Amino acid sequence: MRVDPVACDAHGYCAELLPERITLDEWGYPMVDGTPVEADLVGLARRAAAACPRRALLLEEMALLEETTLLEGTGRPLG
Amino acid sequence: MTIMTVDVTQRLLPVVPPVAGSPALAAHLAMHPALTVPSGDDPVWGDRIRQAVAESGLLGRGGAGFPTGAKWNSASTGRRRAMVVVNAMEGEPASAKDRVLMERSPHLVLDGAEVAAAVIGASDIVICLADGAHGPASSVTRAIAERERAGTVRRRMSVQRPPGRYVTGEESALVGWLRNGRALPILRIDKSVPLEVARRPVLVHNAETLAQVALVARYGPEWFRRLGTLDAPGSTLVTVTGAVRTPGVLEVEYGTPVDDIVRRAGVNDELSGALVGGYGGAWLDASDLSTAYAPGPMATMGASCGVGIVVALPATSCGIAETARVARYMAGQSAGQCGPCVFGLPALADDLEALWAGSGDGGVVARIEGRAAQIEGRGACRHPDGVVRLVRSALAVFADDVHQHASGRPCRGHAGGSVLTFPKEHAPTGRAR
Repeated sequence: MRVDPVACDAHGYCAELLPERITLDEWGYPMVDGTPVEADLVGLARRAAAACPRRALLLEEMALLEETTLLEGTGRPLG
Repeated sequence: MTIMTVDVTQRLLPVVPPVAGSPALAAHLAMHPALTVPSGDDPVWGDRIRQAVAESGLLGRGGAGFPTGAKWNSASTGRRRAMVVVNAMEGEPASAKDRVLMERSPHLVLDGAEVAAAVIGASDIVICLADGAHGPASSVTRAIAERERAGTVRRRMSVQRPPGRYVTGEESALVGWLRNGRALPILRIDKSVPLEVARRPVLVHNAETLAQVALVARYGPEWFRRLGTLDAPGSTLVTVTGAVRTPGVLEVEYGTPVDDIVRRAGVNDELSGALVGGYGGAWLDASDLSTAYAPGPMATMGASCGVGIVVALPATSCGIAETARVARYMAGQSAGQCGPCVFGLPALADDLEALWAGSGDGGVVARIEGRAAQIEGRGACRHPDGVVRLVRSALAVFADDVHQHASGRPCRGHAGGSVLTFPKEHAPTGRAR
């Protein structure tokens, strides 16, 4: 999950919908760390991306190898 | 009497400066054997050149230090004819190397552009120089005319003069200017996808990088690697200014200690440090000037080679004041697209000015550190990251001065002036905020 900083206009919906992973800096712009989104948050992440009026929140599919690693780590299938 | 040592590193600039008005092409061919570049596609020749450039280990000389050969792989895909852009914009105020190169060795740069164009199958070469760079523009225009008269021009060559704002030299911004007149960097997630103008792939290279390509094509990778280090082979142009007797552009091999570079420009005064790599580079403490100018050693000091720039800071000047000036300038040079840059850089400049003036509250240093961490990595281009690096290095290198200023006392450099220059900026482009 990453932000396109050119498109972003600090509307802030992403941080409201996914406060577990997105916080706002002192100027109202989203800070997203680069670590993969946990399986149980993927649905919320998709909603946050859809809610952005500027389409500035980008979700990237991870490579299958990394998904397998996540599976082994959590013991749960990805949603 | 000062003994001037003969510069043993003279690959890029003519040993004898050209006489004004005399044919540059003749002087060029007296210094370098003629280079034959195929007019059409010649895969055998192309592969040989690709191999030579790859083996040379040539890194870009525009600041990012990206392996030159690797850039060619992505630009030659696609069915439309590519174009080669010679980036001589030189937005760094403390840099003069690309202008000097274009004035004194235009043919070497054009040779390199022809080589790159022939390898990737480009039909056009566009030389970009800042609108204020009249001397270099005349020089390269004359050089193109000489080549046309000599019948050696293989591809269309044109000169463009975008406004000389700092960010216009960033390659995606420069391509944006060529595309629609708006010099705005874009977010590039996958650098193997080439930049485009009218759906034609664009290969952008710094002017000095192309001059180095022309040398590698002539003399080969082994010759190229005789200078420099294993990781950063070859020579490079460095602009040395500040507290030196003869400021100017020197050609040095990578791995030369920074203090050697400064000494070659003549140092009289005690130095408190040096700015290396540009306004988005970093400060080195005076006690660390023996560090080699090469990527690895620079990185261990929290610095980078950046663009070849060394500014010697005398002990009579204030590093915090200089850093505040740079931060304010760089804030004004933002393309205006990304919140963390648009708001963060002026905030950093505010804090640095407050620190310097002694008017900051007790938390100003912590605020600078916190803001730097917030801004880093969150712009579309590396502009804010450079400022963050510079500011962090200032807090470390000028720690004593920081302490003095934070206590409201003047530092040892309070009497001195600035050794940096800040050109009047053009009107910022980008969305209004």
